[in-house]
Amino acid sequence: MSDPILTVSGLGKRFGGFVALADIELQVERGERLGLIGPNGSGKSTLVNCLCGTLRNETGSVAFDGRKLDGLPAYRRIRLGMARSFQLPRPFASLTLAENLRVPILYATGGQGRGMAVERRCESLLEMVSLAEKAQKLPGDLTQIEMRKLELARAMASEPRLLIADEAMAGLSPGEVDDILALLIRLNEQGVTIIMIEHIMRAVLAFSQRLVVLVAGRKIADGDPQDVVRQPDVVEAYLGS
Amino acid sequence: MRNWTFVSVLIVVAFATFFGTRLVGNSYAFFAGYVVLQYIVLATAWNILGGYTGYVNFGTAAFFALGAYSTVVLHKTVPELPLPLMIAVGGIVSGAVGIGTGYLTLRLRGTFFSIATLAMAVVMQTLVTNWSFVGGARGVYVIRPDESPIFDGDYIEYLFLVMLALSVIAVAVARAIEHSRLGYGFAAIRDDELAAEASGVPTLRLKLIATALSGGFMGMAGAPLPYYVTYLDPSSGFSLTYAVNTIAMPLIGGTSMWLGPVLGAVLLGTLQQAATVTISSALSLLIVGVLLVVFVIAAPKGIIGWFRR
Repeated sequence: MSDPILTVSGLGKRFGGFVALADIELQVERGERLGLIGPNGSGKSTLVNCLCGTLRNETGSVAFDGRKLDGLPAYRRIRLGMARSFQLPRPFASLTLAENLRVPILYATGGQGRGMAVERRCESLLEMVSLAEKAQKLPGDLTQIEMRKLELARAMASEPRLLIADEAMAGLSPGEVDDILALLIRLNEQGVTIIMIEHIMRAVLAFSQRLVVLVAGRKIADGDPQDVVRQPDVVEAYLGS
Repeated sequence: MRNWTFVSVLIVVAFATFFGTRLVGNSYAFFAGYVVLQYIVLATAWNILGGYTGYVNFGTAAFFALGAYSTVVLHKTVPELPLPLMIAVGGIVSGAVGIGTGYLTLRLRGTFFSIATLAMAVVMQTLVTNWSFVGGARGVYVIRPDESPIFDGDYIEYLFLVMLALSVIAVAVARAIEHSRLGYGFAAIRDDELAAEASGVPTLRLKLIATALSGGFMGMAGAPLPYYVTYLDPSSGFSLTYAVNTIAMPLIGGTSMWLGPVLGAVLLGTLQQAATVTISSALSLLIVGVLLVVFVIAAPKGIIGWFRR
């Protein structure tokens, strides 16, 4: 097997006296679909923020595609091919949908392709998430699921090799969850490695080839999804002992 | 419209303005027009940081006065230097100070950044007040030449023409930014800095570019001031009036595009000049206040906002 696309070793993060993450070890293979679960406050989003450079981890290191990322600001990591979507959609509110996608196309993809090429790329991304007819609308006019799709399209606009989808389905109806799920699987088939952070177990189990569980800032399980969810300490973390 | 077409149109408008003002046949028209043009540059410069990037700067007076005082220094050391070069120096000085302040304060968001720029203005004023080479607290006299150096006419006509050229440059730059890669980066920062960074936008670098451009143009607007007023002291150079007017103009005109600050500056600047002559000079600030209140209530997105959506 080739080198892992993402290697996290000994990663730790504290906020004052509170240990948010401790000794996280994680490897993600190329093309893999990884699920990351854990109760609220277990450090999932903190881990994403440390991976993407929004937060600085105090200990340990992150390597992407064999390259150490430590100390690199968030925008440089995106340019290397690591994109994220936010748990709560954070669109650029004063820009149209097409312009929202234009920002990462102009800034994250090495600036190649100008003018019409950028235009076409915006269109095809919006088509991918079936928002093409709303290209000239503002994000304020979108429904919740459309907002999620825009968030994913914007993450994809940077042409990432690794996509971290942070609760892309929270608050959606079952039908909408299937929509997003199908979209993520389609992206994965195109070769994008995906880490999915999610509370909706049905979606996580349907999606993941491997499941990692965080509890109170520590990794307590890592393996085949069906095995992991039967592991006693995982059950305990979710249901209590 | 392509950028070069736009610039050509701007230049035609500028020449029409210049010869139109000459037709008035009264040098007061040039004195009044100079102030309006100066505010076009200031408001446009402010809008690059405030409107496009979303950082409200209360320190306009500091950048403006730094440009003016750099001319004072040059006037005392190399008086033969032509005015456009002095303006370039003023722009570089203020632009550099913009980068410096930006680097120190751009970690602050919203109101905190604004207060920091206000504090910066106070610090600068205190420094200049205590620097006797540029006149200190008692101020400095700068003798204005009689004749325009490049054409047959009064020096005020030359100052007017220089400021006209400066407004053409400022407006052209502001418009070019709007739909450029830089402009989209600025807009992303204005809307959501974290998401901008996650989209690959180097936010700190772009904010420094914005402060440098904005501060630089403010400095350039201030550089000819000593020749215009002929007597400059810190309390007039650093006057809060510049800061207040410069914020009010883009807000009244609309911050979303280049035309907003221009409209605001022409409208407010002309009104103020008219009020100064016909009623009283104290009234001009009252006009700003009343207009701001009216616009905040009736047209929060400025004049431009009326015509869009």
